[in-house]
Amino acid sequence: MVDLETYGESRRRPDAGTVVAYVLLAVGSVAMFFPFVWMLLSAFKPLREIFQLTVLPHVWTWDNFRQVLFHTAFPRWFLNSLVVAGISTVSVLFFCSLVGYTLTRLRFPGRGVLFVIILSTLMVPTEMLVIPWYVMSTQYGWVNTYWGLAFPGLIPAFGVFLMRQFFQTLPRDLFDAGRVDGVSEFGLFWRIGLPLVRPGLAALGIFNFVGNWNAFLWPLIIAKSPSMRTVPVGMALFSGEASTQWNLIMAASALAIVPVLLVFFVFQRQIIEGVVLTGVKG
Amino acid sequence: MRQTASDAKPDAPRRRRRRLSLSTREALWAYAFLLLPLAFYGFLRIYPAIQSFNLSLHRWHVDPAQRTYLGLSYYREMLTDPKLHQALRNTLLYAAIVVPAQLVLGLTIAVLLNAVRRLRPLFRAIYFSPYVTPAAAVAWVWGWMYSVNFGVFNSALLAWSDFVSGLGLPWLSIPAQPFLNDPRQALPAVAAVVVWQQLGFQVVIFLAGLQGIPRTFYDAAAIDGAGAAQRFRYVTLPLLNPVMVFSVIISTIATLQLFDQVVNINFTDQGGPLGSTLSIAVYMYQVAFSRFQIGYASAVTVLLFVLILIVTLVQLRVLQRRVEY
Amino acid sequence: MKRAILGLALLAMLGAAFAQKTTITYWQYAYDTRVNAMDQLIAQFEQANPDITVKQETFPYDGYQQQVAASLPAGQGADVVQLYYGWLDTWMNAGYVKPLPSQYFDTAALDKEFIPMAQAAKRGGEYYGLPTAVRSLALFYNKDMFQAAGIQGPPRTWDEFVADAKALTKRSGSRLTQEGYGFAPNGQGHNLLREVLIRQYGGQPYSADGTKVAYNDEAGLKAFEFYTGLVTTDKVAELNFVPGDNGYRDGFGQIGNIAMIVDGSFAIGSVKAAAQFDWGVAELPTLANGVRSDFGSFWMNGLTPNAFKDPARLEAASKFLQFVTSESAMKLWLNVVGELPARASLVADPTLSSDPVYGPFIKSLAYSHATQFVDETAQRQVFMDAVNRVILQNQDPAASWAQAAKEEQAVLDKAHGM
Repeated sequence: MVDLETYGESRRRPDAGTVVAYVLLAVGSVAMFFPFVWMLLSAFKPLREIFQLTVLPHVWTWDNFRQVLFHTAFPRWFLNSLVVAGISTVSVLFFCSLVGYTLTRLRFPGRGVLFVIILSTLMVPTEMLVIPWYVMSTQYGWVNTYWGLAFPGLIPAFGVFLMRQFFQTLPRDLFDAGRVDGVSEFGLFWRIGLPLVRPGLAALGIFNFVGNWNAFLWPLIIAKSPSMRTVPVGMALFSGEASTQWNLIMAASALAIVPVLLVFFVFQRQIIEGVVLTGVKG
Repeated sequence: MRQTASDAKPDAPRRRRRRLSLSTREALWAYAFLLLPLAFYGFLRIYPAIQSFNLSLHRWHVDPAQRTYLGLSYYREMLTDPKLHQALRNTLLYAAIVVPAQLVLGLTIAVLLNAVRRLRPLFRAIYFSPYVTPAAAVAWVWGWMYSVNFGVFNSALLAWSDFVSGLGLPWLSIPAQPFLNDPRQALPAVAAVVVWQQLGFQVVIFLAGLQGIPRTFYDAAAIDGAGAAQRFRYVTLPLLNPVMVFSVIISTIATLQLFDQVVNINFTDQGGPLGSTLSIAVYMYQVAFSRFQIGYASAVTVLLFVLILIVTLVQLRVLQRRVEY
Repeated sequence: MKRAILGLALLAMLGAAFAQKTTITYWQYAYDTRVNAMDQLIAQFEQANPDITVKQETFPYDGYQQQVAASLPAGQGADVVQLYYGWLDTWMNAGYVKPLPSQYFDTAALDKEFIPMAQAAKRGGEYYGLPTAVRSLALFYNKDMFQAAGIQGPPRTWDEFVADAKALTKRSGSRLTQEGYGFAPNGQGHNLLREVLIRQYGGQPYSADGTKVAYNDEAGLKAFEFYTGLVTTDKVAELNFVPGDNGYRDGFGQIGNIAMIVDGSFAIGSVKAAAQFDWGVAELPTLANGVRSDFGSFWMNGLTPNAFKDPARLEAASKFLQFVTSESAMKLWLNVVGELPARASLVADPTLSSDPVYGPFIKSLAYSHATQFVDETAQRQVFMDAVNRVILQNQDPAASWAQAAKEEQAVLDKAHGM
C-alpha cells in the first residue's frame, strides 16, 4: 500500500506551519462541534432540563432513547429511511457517474446543451414538484411504496455535475489508449474511468445518503400509512399544536445520525485512498 | 482522428457495409448511455416542472375544470408584491454572503486538514458533523445560542464587557445583541448558520479534489524552486478548478433556493422579524401551502428558476477553464 | 357495442352486490389523545353502522396542510377532513371543502344547537363543517409566584394585570430573568389584540360584513398602544424571551420563568403535564368599563370533494360527520382530549362551569368571537409586523397601526375580489 503522501505533508518534525494548522483546526472545531455536542447531550436529559440550558446533563437518563425506540415507530422509520437511502445511493453512484462520464469523455452533438438541461433540473425547487409527482404517483400506484419514496432522487443532477467535474480531470490519452487496446466504450467507463474517480464517488455517496436521510416534504406526502414514514417525517410527530417534545427529537436525531456517520467513515477512506491511482501517469 | 479503431476488431465484417466512423460510434454509445437517464429527467423532472409552470397561468383549484385561465396576471402581480421583492433582495444577499464564505472556509479547512498528520479522521468527523445534524435540532440549538437573554453569545459578550470594564476600559465593551430579533442582524445570523451547516460538504468536496492532484506536479514545482505559497497558487488552484467551479455553482444554486435553515430557526416569525430573513423559496412555500395559492406560487417558482438559470450560465461561462495536461 | 353495454350492466350489478360496505377516510393531525378519542368514536360508529367502514389517517401537525394540498388534487385522500376554522376561506377557494349537503344538515337547526362561535364555519349562509370541540382564551397564572409576591388572586382588570406583572418581572443587570407576562404576538397575542382588546376599548376589528378593516380608529389605537406598551413602557415582557414556537408556554410551564400567559384551552394538557408549581386559570381581565370579550376558535370537520363522488359515500360521510359532532361524541372528546364541547346544551352544564380549570373557558364562550379570517397567515403577519415595527424599530404606534390597517385592508380586498 502506497504511503499516503499528500500536499504539504511534513515528514519528520512538525514545522511551524503544521502547528498553526493544528491550532486553527482545533479552534474551529469548537465552533463546529459545540452545537452538535449540545444536541447529543440533550438527548440524555429529561425535557425539563433541556430548557434549563445546562451543557452536561445533571441527570443522565436513557428514558428518551427508551421512549423513542420502544414506544414510537422509530425502528420502522429507521428501516424505511435505510431502504430508501440505500436504493437511492446505488442508483445515484451508477447513473450519475455514467452520465457524468458521458458528458465529458464522449464527444457527441448536443453535449453542452444536454448538460445545461440536466443542470436546469436542479433549479426548480422540489417543493413545487410535489403536487405533479403525487398526481403521477396516484395514477401509477406508487403511493405509499418504497419506489414512491425513492423515485424523485434516483439520478440527481447534482451528482451528475459532481462526477462530470471529476471525470474532467482525467487525461484524455488514457481513454484513447484504451480504445486502441480494444476496450469497449462501456469498459472504458467501468474499468478505466470509474476506479480513477473514487474520491468523487465517495463524496457523492456521502452527500446522497445524507440528503436522502434528511428529506422531509416528499416523504411526508407520499407516505399515507404510518408504516411508510421515514425518520424526518416520524420526528415531526414529536411536535404538536401545543408543545414540542425536544427530548425525543434530540434522542431521535442522535440515533438518526449513526448510520450517516457510519457511511461517512466508510466512504471517506475511499476519498483518501483514491489518490493512489491518480498519481500514476500513462 | 484515429482510424485504427476499426482495425482493432479483427473479425470486423469484410462486406462493404456502411462503416460508422469513430465519432459516430462514440455519439451512438453516448446516446445509449444517456437513454435511461434522459427518460428519467424528461418524465420525472422536466415534465412535472412544465406542469408546474403551467399552473402559474391559472387560478388554482383542486378540480382541474375550475382552474380559470389567467394568462400572465400573476406575473404582473409579482411586479408589485413588496414581500416578493424583499425575499428576492434577501436571497441575493444570502448568496453574496454564503457562497464566498463557504468557498474560502471550505478550501482553507481542506488544506489545513491535509497539512496535519495526526487526528485527521477526528477533525474530518468534527467538521462534517454539522452537515448531518437534522434541521430541527440545528434550529433549536442555534435559536437558543442566539437568544437575547439566555444565549451563549450574549453571555460571552456580557462576560467580555464585565472583563474590560474591570480593566478600566468600558468603552471596549459590547452590549448584548438582539441577533434574530433584529431586522438588521437576523439575516447575517441565519447566513452564519447556513455556512456552519454546509461547511462539511465543502470540506469533503475539496478534500476529494485535493487528493486528485498527482504528487508529481508538486515535486516538479518544488524542484523548480517554488515555495509552498507558489505551489498552492500555480499547482493546486488551477488543478482544483473543476472542483471549485462545482463548489461555487452548487453552492449558489443551493443558496438561491435556501429553505431549511430559514424556515426552522425563526420559530415565531417564519421569515424573520419584518421579513428580514425571508428567502424566495420560503415565500413560495408559504404562498403554496399556507394560502393554497398554488398558481401564484408557481409563478414565483418560474421567477426563481429563471434567476438561477441565468446566474448559473454566467458562472459556467466565466469560471470554467479547461485544464489540459 | 351491445356486448359492452351488457358487460357494463353486469359489472354494475355485481358491483352493487359487492358494494355493501362503503369505506370513507377521515383525516386529522396526529396527536395521541385526539387519535385515541377518534378511534373510540369510529368503533362506536362502525358498530351502529355495520355497512360503513371508517379509516383514520393522521399526519404530523407540521405537515398537515401540505398533505392536503398534494393529496386532494389527485382525487385521493379524505372524505371527512379536520381543518382549523381560520383556514376555511383558503380551503374553500381552492375547492378542498364543499358546503354540507342540505339533505343531511339543516342549517337552521344547527344554528340553534351549536354555540354562536360555530357561525364562523359558515360562508354564504351554508355550513362548511362543524366542530367537535372549541377553544377560547384565558389567563394562566403561576399561583406560587403570586403567593411569593404577596398578590392575592389573579388580576381582574388590566390595570391590576400590569401592576401584578411589574411586581413579578425580575432583572439581573440588563438581562430579563423572569417575565411578568409571556408576550407572544405569534401565538395568541394577535388574537388577544384583535378580538379582546380592540373590543374592550370600544372598537371592533372589522365591519359587519367583514370586508373593511374597522380598527384604525381611536379605540383600536388605544388597544394597540396598550398591547405594545407592555414591552415598551411597562417593560413586563420582551419579544421571544424564551425562544421556540411555544416559547411563552414553555417558559410558563416547563421553565417557570414567566408569571402569566394568555393561552387557549388546548394548552391545558400541556401546562398540566409540564408545570411543577401551583397554577390557576382566570377569565381574561377587563378594563374599568367591565366589557368582556374573548377569542374563540375551533377545528372543524368538513367534507372534501371526494365525499361527493357517489351518493353512498356522501351518505356515509355525512352520517359520520353527524356522529362525531353529536352530544355523546363531544362528551367523549372532553373526557379524552380535554377540549370544550361545541353544543349549547353541553356548555350550559353547571359542573363544567364550576370546574377551576375549565370554568373560566366555559364562561368565556358566552362572549367569545371567532374572527372570520380570509387568510389567517397573512392577517396574523400584519399584526406581528405592526408590533415588531413599534418594538424593534421604535416606530410611532399610530403610524404603525395605520400601516397595519392598510396592509390588512389589501389582504381583505384581494380575498373578496376573488
